Amino acid sequence: MSTIFERLLLREKKSATTAKERLKLVLVHDRMDLTSSALDSLKDELIAVISKYVSIDTDAVEINVNQEGREQTLIAIIPLQASRKRGVR
Amino acid sequence: MKAQVITITSGKGGVGKTTATANIGVALAALGKSVVCMDADIGLRNLDVVMGLENRIVYDLVDAIEKRCRLRQAMIRDKRYNTLFLIPAAQTRDKNAISPSDMIRVCDEIRPEFDFILIDSPAGIERGFRNAIAPADMIIVVTNPEVSAVRDADRIIGLIEAEEKDPVRLIINRFNPSLVKRGDMLTSEDVLELLAVDLIGIVPEDESVLVSTNHGQPVVLNHNSLAGKAFENISQRLIGEEVPWMNLDGKSDFFGRLSRLIRSGRS
Ligand SMILES: Nc1ncnc2c1ncn2[C@@H]1O[C@H](COP(=O)(O)OP(=O)(O)O)[C@@H](O)[C@H]1O
Ligand SMILES: [Mg+2]
Repeated sequence: MSTIFERLLLREKKSATTAKERLKLVLVHDRMDLTSSALDSLKDELIAVISKYVSIDTDAVEINVNQEGREQTLIAIIPLQASRKRGVR
Repeated sequence: MKAQVITITSGKGGVGKTTATANIGVALAALGKSVVCMDADIGLRNLDVVMGLENRIVYDLVDAIEKRCRLRQAMIRDKRYNTLFLIPAAQTRDKNAISPSDMIRVCDEIRPEFDFILIDSPAGIERGFRNAIAPADMIIVVTNPEVSAVRDADRIIGLIEAEEKDPVRLIINRFNPSLVKRGDMLTSEDVLELLAVDLIGIVPEDESVLVSTNHGQPVVLNHNSLAGKAFENISQRLIGEEVPWMNLDGKSDFFGRLSRLIRSGRS
């Protein structure tokens, strides 16, 4: 019985851990001066623009913020789809 | 240009800027340095009561800037150390009574005569903060290990970076080792990782801060106080001495890990 109790206790996250995780996210957005919904529309518009020139796998597009010290870099991963022209066999 | 001007700021209010300014000022004077503590929190004067000098005020910073007195007349000599002075803030004016260039001018006027000028900044990110950091050679940001204080510290650090000032140094104040042990307070490593700045000291939560402030005797004067010792260590670091990190939680390897983290952050 105590083992189940202990397991429950162990699984419960410490409040400091929650605080740190929440702060990490908040600081990323504060530093960029961008809300998560603005980041979403950035992603949508980026997809739209790039799709005008190349065909991309829109579902696989990822936008991440990379941190090094206090410097942040926006990294977009945009998988290209095999070109239709070259795809002709 | 002799004195080093150090501004103590925070973003969030109530994290310990005034307490830090008074204590670092007293500790530097105790180390034989000549120091002016300047209260830039116009309209919310407090450094005078924390230093226990409120009964000696005749003129204030705004009087000097507006030339109702000479700057010297607004400087109050400390009761305990004759190389320590306070320039009080005006109580009945607001932050718009002075400008960043006024602050630079005032500091330049007294720089040749002192080793340190410490400026107690108001909270916030507006005019008062701009005034306080304008003359700074070094900026110390005070935070508490708590979400809103850390968030606001990050904001202020960003603004300071944008001003192309030297990198800030961080004081983590009101650190509570037993809450940390319980997992209910951010560790100093957490705070340093989040803010990515250099640490200059960790000051523990300590009841003697309240008691000594009640008496108008900065806590560094109490040699049994852990917070007092922490402020003394900060002052020694400011004059270039290497002081080991205080062991605040009894876990022997904690501060070893911390100093390793800081060293790797600096390299
Ligand atoms: N290390 C500490 N331990 C306990 N109380 C503290 C400590 N540092 C500051 N305080 C208390 O916190 C309150 C706010 O401090 P203060 O220096 O006035 O902050 P600020 O100038 O940033 O508004 C004061 O009541 C002060 O006595
Ligand atoms: Mg204050």
